[in-house]
Amino acid sequence: MPNNSSHLPFVGAFDAARPGLPGAGLSWLKDFRETGIERFNALGLPSSKIEAWKYTRLKPLEDTDFQPVTDDDGMAALDTVPSLLPNPGGRPRLVFVNGRMRPNFWIEGDLPDGVHLDCLRDVLTRNPDWAEAHLGAIAGDEAMPLMQLNKAMMDTGFVLRVDDGVEIEQPIEVVFIGGLTDRPVAYFPRNLIKLGKNAKATVVKHHFGQGVGAYFANAVTEIDIGEGATFNHYTVQAESRDATHLSTTHVRVAKDATYESFNLAVGGRLSRNEVSVRLEGEGGHCGLNGAYLMRGREHCDNTTVIEHLAPHTSSREVFKGVLNDESRGVFQGRIVVHKNAQKTDGHQLCKTLLLNTGAEIDAKPELEIYADDVKCSHGATTGQMDETALFYLRSRGVPEALARNLLVQSFLGEALEEIKQDDIRQALTDKVVHWLPAACFLSEEWRDA
Amino acid sequence: MTTPKVISREATSSELDADYKWGFTIDIGSDLAPKGLSEDIVRLISAKKEEPEWMLEWRLKAYRHWEKLKFQAPKWANVKYPPIDYQDIYYYAAPKSNAPKSLDEVDPEVLEAFEKLGIPLQERERLAGVAIDAVLDSVSVATTYQGMLEKHGVIFCSMSDAVKNHPDLVKKYLGSVVPYSDNFYATLNSAVFSDGSFAYIPKGVRCPIELMTYFRINQADSGQFERTLIVCEEGAYVSYLEGCTAPARKTHQLHAAVVELVALDDSEIKYSTLQNWFPGDKDGNGGVYNFVTKRGKAAKNAKISWTQVETGSAITWKYPSCILQGDNSVGEFYSIAITNNCQQADTGTKMIHLGKNTSSKIISKGISAGRADQTYRGLVRMSAKADGARNFTQCDSLLIGDQCGAHTVPYIESKNKGAIVEHEATTSTISEDQMFYLRQRGIPPEDAIALVVNGFCREVLQQLPMEFAVEAQKLVGISLEGSVG
Repeated sequence: MPNNSSHLPFVGAFDAARPGLPGAGLSWLKDFRETGIERFNALGLPSSKIEAWKYTRLKPLEDTDFQPVTDDDGMAALDTVPSLLPNPGGRPRLVFVNGRMRPNFWIEGDLPDGVHLDCLRDVLTRNPDWAEAHLGAIAGDEAMPLMQLNKAMMDTGFVLRVDDGVEIEQPIEVVFIGGLTDRPVAYFPRNLIKLGKNAKATVVKHHFGQGVGAYFANAVTEIDIGEGATFNHYTVQAESRDATHLSTTHVRVAKDATYESFNLAVGGRLSRNEVSVRLEGEGGHCGLNGAYLMRGREHCDNTTVIEHLAPHTSSREVFKGVLNDESRGVFQGRIVVHKNAQKTDGHQLCKTLLLNTGAEIDAKPELEIYADDVKCSHGATTGQMDETALFYLRSRGVPEALARNLLVQSFLGEALEEIKQDDIRQALTDKVVHWLPAACFLSEEWRDA
Repeated sequence: MTTPKVISREATSSELDADYKWGFTIDIGSDLAPKGLSEDIVRLISAKKEEPEWMLEWRLKAYRHWEKLKFQAPKWANVKYPPIDYQDIYYYAAPKSNAPKSLDEVDPEVLEAFEKLGIPLQERERLAGVAIDAVLDSVSVATTYQGMLEKHGVIFCSMSDAVKNHPDLVKKYLGSVVPYSDNFYATLNSAVFSDGSFAYIPKGVRCPIELMTYFRINQADSGQFERTLIVCEEGAYVSYLEGCTAPARKTHQLHAAVVELVALDDSEIKYSTLQNWFPGDKDGNGGVYNFVTKRGKAAKNAKISWTQVETGSAITWKYPSCILQGDNSVGEFYSIAITNNCQQADTGTKMIHLGKNTSSKIISKGISAGRADQTYRGLVRMSAKADGARNFTQCDSLLIGDQCGAHTVPYIESKNKGAIVEHEATTSTISEDQMFYLRQRGIPPEDAIALVVNGFCREVLQQLPMEFAVEAQKLVGISLEGSVG
């Protein structure tokens, strides 16, 4: 049994919270949660002594007493939910407020037969056997404390299942809204995504904060991509200034399957996007890309591991960061090529733009290679804005503020270009423009030209 | 011009291990302190060397600190080995005869040992133009050309002589770059170091010849803990070479050295290493554990350049680093690391940019063959004050065979928007096309590999002093022998 006198956050609240958590009546889930809290209790919070946490300290968890959300928190008043993508009508969309699903914002959209989209709570009630077989099947790392904490406390999340051969063109939008409470709350989404053979789907996750309250989100997403299937995964993290957003994603890519993802981070006091992709079948591919724009004292951490376990697999990774004020960016990217994964093709690029001395980037691009017939490379740069490019623009009459914005945009362009769908790329680019400081544009036509 | 046969193919081959050409032992009779480490041993080492009180105090401080660290040998490196029993090592081993006054008095067997290695200690090798300090086990046995160097005001002698004859310099600079509390192995070294080389180049002097130290471990079960200190005064220049070998033994030998470089304003130190400690046999038996701390501190406009060719040792743990403290200072790191059979290496560099407009360049070439595992681990840190600082890093790995591993772990930390850091790394294998092309022209596979590898390493080989470069190229070929089946 967990030691309730533990100083670790949430351990004390576990017993009290348990009856309210989804699937409370399921005995296998009870064991699942208990092993989670025991492991978490044994591991403790990650400290800087752990190599993977060398540059990120979970300070908010030390100085804020977060409490699990209640149903009341989930009913916080909310008028409308803005959509990230244009023309929200007709698109399937799920909305979670403070970790509770809000059916009134649900848009059914046109989900074709063979696509099942539910919230975790419903799946645990209606289809517990499926949940038992799939929960923790992909994300089972015993050594990751935050994953163990999620295992114990998971209280929300969505489940997407796409049957063999079913393709859904429309992106599915999932919105997580936080911050609408006056006390610091915590919620623990667990998302499960499973694509059958030759299936295809796109999910756009949008995390954003409203109000000013501090909150803590610790999400785990498990993605299983079947043979020949394609999954596009886009995330926009625009949490509020006081939010702590930790996200762990584990992906399994089967033979000839593709995983494409882009993570845009523009908010959060502390955010960490941890992704682990296992390319398990021949011909598997993954594109793991992202951009982050930080200001103030924000801290953003991208930690990724791509494991090539089969021959003829390929991966491509581009991360771009823009850091202003006293913000801090961390990039830890590891490519592992296992013994029999011959003919692997792996490329990784991480570039950072520092807009202010005082901002800090810590980058650690790693290659770990055990097969000889491979092509792997990585590159990393940090530096400031190109002064000659700035001069060029200004000499042509572009105001300085605008010129700077343009250069930041063009810097991020290399990463954003990795997004294949036009409307999603445009939506993310708009987010970037929105982040930039206001600058007077010469004219709309000029801007679009 | 005669080439000093530093690492020569012609050197006597060993009966113990025919693949390692420097594996012979010599029976010269050693003066051994009992095995194990204690405060008494530290006192004994100090007494044997007739050291002044302050030196003993420094050693004891280090020893007491080490006691606290006792079971905290760094574990983060990507190397695997059974725990070392620090009480089962000889911490002091010296050739038995009394300290020689001149070369003529050196024990003929010791001279013969170095002769076998091709180290030109004798005057007849005067034209070789390299001043050599030869260190056998823990004791410096001979230093050549001292007279000539003295005329230029250059001091080049063993560390023990320096402690006796130049205490002020040693006191001032010893531990100023690598403090005794720096890390586990450096602390151990500070407590028990028995010899090493000391070089001091006075203001404005360009050292007329290259300085060289030759290290050899002879005694079984002994550790070698040498300590090298090089001080370059304002505007001075020195090029320093270091070579190492050890007999082929069935047990592992520990080598924990410390090298400190002090480059004052406008000076330049070029430090080249050819590390060829016994790598162990094909199955990983025996071999030297090479745990070395090397660091230089560069003042205003100074330059420190590390060049290393690492082909030996069962395990290498080594990160020659530069602290670029003064404005406009420059740090360079050129490295070739070759691991074959069961060798493991975790090596790289640290470039700490503190001053304005400091620049650094890292070129690392790693070659992994057989069942070897190799890691490049490097740190580039731009402090908030390092305006206009610049770094370029390139680390390439070459894999030969499907049983080996090559890893790249660079750490990049930048706190200054005006600092530019560029890092690139690639990993690849020798392509079938390259091999086919060479073999088609009648070049045997082993030579073809040596050719490709030499081309792969060229950028670094070019940085070596000429005499060293020839030997290094040969060594690259020899180290990879047997890596193609």
